[in-house]
Amino acid sequence: MADDRVPPLLNRSRVAVAGKGAGGAGISAHLNRIAAGVFSEYSIVVFIGVYFLAASLWLPQIASQRNLANLLVSMLPLLVVGMGQTVVLITGGIDLSLPSLVSAVSVVAAWAMVGIGGVASPTVQIVVGVAAALGVGVAVGLFNGLAITRLKMPPFMVTLSSMMVLSGLALWSTGSQNISRLPESFVEVGYGKLAGIPYAVLTAVVVGLLLHVLLSRTLLGAWLYAVGHNPTASLISGVPVSRVIVSAYVISGLCGAIGSLLYTARLESGSPVLGRELLLDVVGACVIGGTSLFGGRGKIVWTVLGVLLFAMLDNTLTLIGLEYYTVMTVKGTVILLAAALDVLRHRLAGGA
Amino acid sequence: MERESREPVISIDGIEKWFYATTVLRGVTLCIRTGQILGVVGENGAGKSTLMNILGGVLKPDAGRLTIGGRAYEPSTPRDAAAAGIAFIHQELNLFTNLTVAENLHLGALPTRRFGKLRPPLVDWAKLRASAGALLARVGLHVSVDTRVAELSPGRRQLVEIAKALAGNARLIILDEPTTSLTSHEAEHLFALLRQLRASGVAMIYISHNLADVLRLCDKIAVLRDGQLISTGPTDEYDETRLIEQMVGRTVEQLFPSRTHLIREQVVLEAQELSSSCGISNIGFRLHAGEVLGLAGLVGAGRTELARTLFGLERITSGAIYLNGKLFRPAPWECVRDGIAFLTEDRRDEGLMREASVLENAGLAALPRYCQTPARFIARGRLRTAMQTIADHVRLDNSALQRQRAWTLSGGNQQKIVLAKWLLNKPRVFILDEPTRGIDVVAKQEVYRLIAELAEKGTAILLISSEIEELLGLSDRILVMRAGRMVTLVNRSEFNREQILNAALSGRGDY
Repeated sequence: MADDRVPPLLNRSRVAVAGKGAGGAGISAHLNRIAAGVFSEYSIVVFIGVYFLAASLWLPQIASQRNLANLLVSMLPLLVVGMGQTVVLITGGIDLSLPSLVSAVSVVAAWAMVGIGGVASPTVQIVVGVAAALGVGVAVGLFNGLAITRLKMPPFMVTLSSMMVLSGLALWSTGSQNISRLPESFVEVGYGKLAGIPYAVLTAVVVGLLLHVLLSRTLLGAWLYAVGHNPTASLISGVPVSRVIVSAYVISGLCGAIGSLLYTARLESGSPVLGRELLLDVVGACVIGGTSLFGGRGKIVWTVLGVLLFAMLDNTLTLIGLEYYTVMTVKGTVILLAAALDVLRHRLAGGA
Repeated sequence: MERESREPVISIDGIEKWFYATTVLRGVTLCIRTGQILGVVGENGAGKSTLMNILGGVLKPDAGRLTIGGRAYEPSTPRDAAAAGIAFIHQELNLFTNLTVAENLHLGALPTRRFGKLRPPLVDWAKLRASAGALLARVGLHVSVDTRVAELSPGRRQLVEIAKALAGNARLIILDEPTTSLTSHEAEHLFALLRQLRASGVAMIYISHNLADVLRLCDKIAVLRDGQLISTGPTDEYDETRLIEQMVGRTVEQLFPSRTHLIREQVVLEAQELSSSCGISNIGFRLHAGEVLGLAGLVGAGRTELARTLFGLERITSGAIYLNGKLFRPAPWECVRDGIAFLTEDRRDEGLMREASVLENAGLAALPRYCQTPARFIARGRLRTAMQTIADHVRLDNSALQRQRAWTLSGGNQQKIVLAKWLLNKPRVFILDEPTRGIDVVAKQEVYRLIAELAEKGTAILLISSEIEELLGLSDRILVMRAGRMVTLVNRSEFNREQILNAALSGRGDY
C-alpha cells in the first residue's frame, strides 16, 4: 500500500542488484535496470573493473605488479584523509581544511622530530613527532567543530578559512623550505614492511577498520548519520548534536594527521606544500564512492572504492602521458559527474 | 437594505474543493458587494483558508464558479488575482523586511524613467518615493518612505501591507487574522482605516478568531464549518454565543476510548510561574502520573512554545520546572534521558529522518538504552526485539515496511514511527503536539487508543490539540491558553465546549 509512492527507479534497484540474472524483456525494463544499476551503491565496483580492463588492454604495463604496488602505496595517504572526510560528510558538513592540515602537520611533526634530534633517541623522536602530529589534528578539528556549532557558521566557510590560515602558517614558519633529516626509523614507515605488508598499508587498514566499526556498530556512529539526516529531529530525539558534530571534525583532523605522517615519511621530509594537490580529490573521491554531500549517507568501503578509482585515473592518465593540467580537467569532470549523480540520488530518495 | 442594492464585487457560486479523498469545501455560495466588510468565522480546518486561497489564485476550485463584474473569474496564479483587483493580506505578512517601505509598495510595478522615447530599465526613484508618500498618507502611517520594513512594528507593517493593496488599486482586500500581532491601540487604528476604506467603496473579507472584533467591524457574517457554509446574514442577526454555537455545533461518533480518568497522587512534572524567551509568561501547572492534561488555545496562543520550553528548546527567563520533585533545567538530551518524550507538530522537519529507514527512525531516541559501555556498541539483537514489540503495539507490524524509507509512508504510518520512537524509550512524560494533524480517521483512532493506554499505565501526558473534540474526549483536565498566558484550568466534570472555546477566544475564564 505504501509502496506505490516509491518512484519506479528506486523500487527496482534492490531487485536489479540482487538478481542480475533475472531476464527483463522490453526496452523500458532494460532502461530501468540500467538506471537502477547506475543508482545502486556498488555500481562503482563494476565501473572500476571495466575501466581497469579497458585500460590494461590499451596500456598493458598498468597491470604489472610493480605498477599495482605503486598504485596501492600512492593511494594510501589520500585514503586515510578521505576516510576522515567521509565521517564529516556523513554529518552533512564538509572539511576543506584537510589538504592544509596535511602540510601543517607535516611541518610540525618534522620540526618536532628534528628539533629534539640532538638530545633524544630515535624512538622518543618518533613518539614526540607522532604525538605532535595527532595534537595538531585534534586541535584543528576542535577549532573547526566549535566554530561550526558554537558560532553557527557554515562548515564550508569555517574550514575554508582554516585551510588558508594553516597553509599560510606552514609556509611562513618554514620560509617555504622543506624540513629534512628526519630519523631513519621514521622514514622506514614509508617503505618498510611487516610480514611483507607495508606499514603504510597496515596503518590505513587499521584506521579503516576502526572507522568502519565506529560508523556501523556504535552509538556515536548512529548519531553521526542521524545528524546528517536531520539535525533538528536528532536534537529533539535526544542526540547531543553539537558534540556529535565536533567529534566528526576531530576524527577528520586525526585522519588528516595520520595521512600526513604517511606522506611525510614517504617524502622523507616535512613539507609546507604537502597535500596541496589533494585539494578537492579528498571530497571528490568520497562522493564518487557514493557518500552524499547532503549528509546521512556514506560508508568507509565506498570511500575505499572512490579513492581506488581516483588513484587509477591519476595513474593511467599519467602513464598515457597526459599533462598535469589535462589530468586535472578530467578529474574535475569526473567529480562533477559524481556530484550530479549524488543530487539525482538524493532527489529520488525523497530529499527536497 | 440599501447596501444590498450595491453591485457585487465578487460572486462565489457553489465552490467545492477536495484534497484527495477529503472534501474541504462543499458548495459554498457567497456574495460580497462594494463598500461591504464580510466577516468569515469558523474553527481551524473549517475551510476558511482554502476558500481564500481559491479567491487569491493559489488553489483551483474543483467545482463551482467565481464571477467578477459579471465576467467569469478563473485565476490560476496570485498575479491573476492581483490583476483582477484582489489583494490578499496573509497572517504572516509578505513584506521584504530588507527593503524600504517605498520599494515594498511598488515591487510589483516599479516606475521607470523616460528619456525621450526610450524607456531603459532604470527605476524612477523620485516618482516612486512621491507615490509611496501619497499611499502612506492614505493609510495614516507617518514614517519616511525610506525606512526599512525591518524597523517597523507589526502594526505598522500591517498598514504598509494595506497601502500595498491600495497601490495595486484593489477592489477587494482579504485580511486573514490581521490583529493577532497588534497592540489594542494599533488594532483601533486599523479598524478606523478599514471603515474609511469601506466608505470609499473598497470591499473586504475579514477573517478572524476574535469574534468581538468581527461583530464590531463587519456588515455581514459568514460561518463555515467542515467546509460548509452554515449561515450568512447581516451582523445584527448574530451575537457571540450564536456564532460559537454555529462554529462548533456538531456531534462526533465515538472516536475516543473510554478511560477511568483516575488521576494519581504523584506529580511528575510541575511548572512554576514559567516564562521563556519565546513569549509564554507565568505558566504554572502540575502534571500527575496517569493524567492527560489538554492544552487548548488558538494558533499562536503559546501552546507549542510551552511544550518547547518544557523540553529545553527555549530559554527560560523566569520560573522553574520540577521533574519528579527535583528542580530541572532541561536540555533536550537530558529530557530524553530522563524519560520525557516530545512528538512535535512538524512531523516532516522535526520528527522524522525522511531518507532513513523506518527502523533507523524508530530506534533513534532509545539508542543510548541499548548500548554497552565503554565503547558504546549498540546491542542490535536486544534493540530489534524491543522494536518488534513496539511495532506490534503501534500496529506497524509489516516487516517489509520497516526497511522502507520513512518518507514513502502515509502520514498516519509516519506518525506511528514517531510514536514508536518515543514508546521505545519508555516515556514517563509524553508531550504530544497536534498528534493527529494530517492523518486519517482510522490512524487517529489508533493514536487515541495509544494515548489512553499510556495514561492507564501511568505515563503523564500533555496533549496539545486544535481540535476541541479531541481535548474533550481524551483529557482529564484542560488548560486554556491565550496570548502566552494561562486563562483557566478546567476539570473533566466541568468540561463545556462553548466555555472552553470562549475562554480561548476572549481570554476570559468564566468558570
